[in-house]
Amino acid sequence: MGIIVNKNTRAIVQGITGAQGSFHTKLMLEYGTKIVAGVTPGKGGTKIHDVPVYDTVEEAVKESMANASIIFVPAPFAADAALEALENGIKTVVIITEHIPIKDAINVMAYAGQVGATIVGPNTPGIITPGECKLGIMPSHIFKSGVVGMVSRSGTLTYEIAAGLTRKQLGQSTCVGLGGDPIVGLNFIDVLKFFESDQQTRAVALIGEIGGNLEELAAEYIIKSNYPKPVVAFIAGRSAPPGKRMGHAGAIIMGKAGTAESKIEAFQKAGVEVAEKPSDVAVLLEKLIKH
Amino acid sequence: MKLLEYEAKKILIKYGIPTPKGGFATSAIQAREIASSLKPPFAVKAQVPVAGRGKAGGILLVNSVDEVEKAAEKLLNMQIKGIPVRSLWIEEKINVKKELYFGITVDRLNKSYVVIASSEGGMEIETVAAKTPEKVIRFPINPRLGFRAYHARQIAKKIGYSGNQISTLGNIFYSLYLAGMECDAELIEMNPIVETQEGNFIAVDARIIIDDNALFRHSEYKGRIVEGELSPQEIEAVKNDLAYVKLDGNIGVIGNGAGLVMATLDAIQLYGGKPANFLDIGGGAPSDKMATAIKIVLSDPNVEALFINILGGITRCDEVAKGLLEAREKLGINKPFVIRLVGTNEEEGKRILTEAGIHVLDSMEEAAQRVTEIIKSKR
Repeated sequence: MGIIVNKNTRAIVQGITGAQGSFHTKLMLEYGTKIVAGVTPGKGGTKIHDVPVYDTVEEAVKESMANASIIFVPAPFAADAALEALENGIKTVVIITEHIPIKDAINVMAYAGQVGATIVGPNTPGIITPGECKLGIMPSHIFKSGVVGMVSRSGTLTYEIAAGLTRKQLGQSTCVGLGGDPIVGLNFIDVLKFFESDQQTRAVALIGEIGGNLEELAAEYIIKSNYPKPVVAFIAGRSAPPGKRMGHAGAIIMGKAGTAESKIEAFQKAGVEVAEKPSDVAVLLEKLIKH
Repeated sequence: MKLLEYEAKKILIKYGIPTPKGGFATSAIQAREIASSLKPPFAVKAQVPVAGRGKAGGILLVNSVDEVEKAAEKLLNMQIKGIPVRSLWIEEKINVKKELYFGITVDRLNKSYVVIASSEGGMEIETVAAKTPEKVIRFPINPRLGFRAYHARQIAKKIGYSGNQISTLGNIFYSLYLAGMECDAELIEMNPIVETQEGNFIAVDARIIIDDNALFRHSEYKGRIVEGELSPQEIEAVKNDLAYVKLDGNIGVIGNGAGLVMATLDAIQLYGGKPANFLDIGGGAPSDKMATAIKIVLSDPNVEALFINILGGITRCDEVAKGLLEAREKLGINKPFVIRLVGTNEEEGKRILTEAGIHVLDSMEEAAQRVTEIIKSKR
């Protein structure tokens, strides 16, 4: 169970021979993820951690029956890699790469929409369904299988909050990193919908940050859909000044749009409890789940 | 990367978009020379990468070459929103019949670009949208189709034009789209684009922000730094591939991951402290990068205490610990600091620091509280 990835996920790693690709392939294999092939142009016929490497996604998919891909290809070539995966029928693509140009990301998302594929990222720690499948770079020991669905725009902050949940024996169904860029494949509403129909998920932790209005739209959706599962939110960037990019390309307040106040207010209107500090997320969820 | 007006106009000219005749100057004498080759009256415009430059007194309208020289002298001794004016653009003032707005920016929700146009130009488009939303046209671009010449003509019609003016203005809109795509703009706008008394259209001001992540495709901007735009710490951080933002408090902050660092700043504020900066060392930083980060943060004279918050995933705690000791040895850190260190290789990191007499905390919130108390006790 869980969403998007599970024990039936068969993934290829694009950019498997690079330092990051190779390192995390090893960790994902150790976690039990089915990594069935790798792709690096020019390195076809070799093996990394016993995983066969191909020159093209076309060959890799043909030989391995893969249904997912995780991309570690450098930014200038990452969009090309994502399109290659999509055109060869892969329906779940996780793009770890940071610093992909906006124009390239827009092209990838348009084509993914056309072929009905799910893109996680770019600039994401990835996605993990604890105990089943990890397609990402997150430290796996802080996660534990359970009933909380997590969706977030950031990496380490998610680890911080997930570790807090796990300490309180609140495991996770799936943890999705949307990605820190302005253009990403999934938004909060998409993931709330996934969690809504997932039987394992009983509550949702939503971790947002300044910039854009995806949190506000999620709050509206929660009201309109009369969302059936309790949601707890945390918003990073209450102290961020306008006009400055806070690390993530997408974390910027433009004029009065994208402030933490606006997002917090929207959630409070929707009856969503907003944690004041990261450790409060687990405290609030514990109360909601026990009741 | 925010381009200056004259850089943006160069791009517009390349795409055949009419702009006022003008020239670039870095001294009052030069400004005078340029003005002598133009027709009065003149606009003398400070070249600074800030919005709302006109309101801040950065644009002076004058009638003679002598006045241009004086205006230039004045502007070159000015700071606009904290940024010193180092260069000017002098151009012929346009006879305005009507000011329009046209721009293209990123639309996060639709995962594409969006065109924004208005028959009310010359002020910030957000202001127009707030006061008279009916006067702002939002046209989301279908990424599979792109923005086409006929879309441009539709928009020209909708903001009130007819006859030949539809094609003339449509061509300008379409050209701006092509320019924006070619230079990887996350924002490109003409504000205002002016209809003259003669019925022509001229882009009087232009703003372009280039997507920093696409700069590898635009070698013409390699190494470009606009003086005053970044603080010395920010320049140092860019050189070392660190994300740094200067804030106005006194607690220096270093962490790994943008979200975690933002949450750290928020926690400090929650306990009544004031962060001096945002600094994200990114993932997997080696010890020397950590040492550089400490050096940058401490070079801000406002910093009275330092808070390091590391949750190691791909970042290793032992590397962070070594970096801290390295910085302490080289820089002789003489300000109090609080460190929170958990995650990958935590035991080794803690051992290194404990042996050096440094106490390590486990909870970021406890650490935030501690550093805030340290500042208070100094008062």
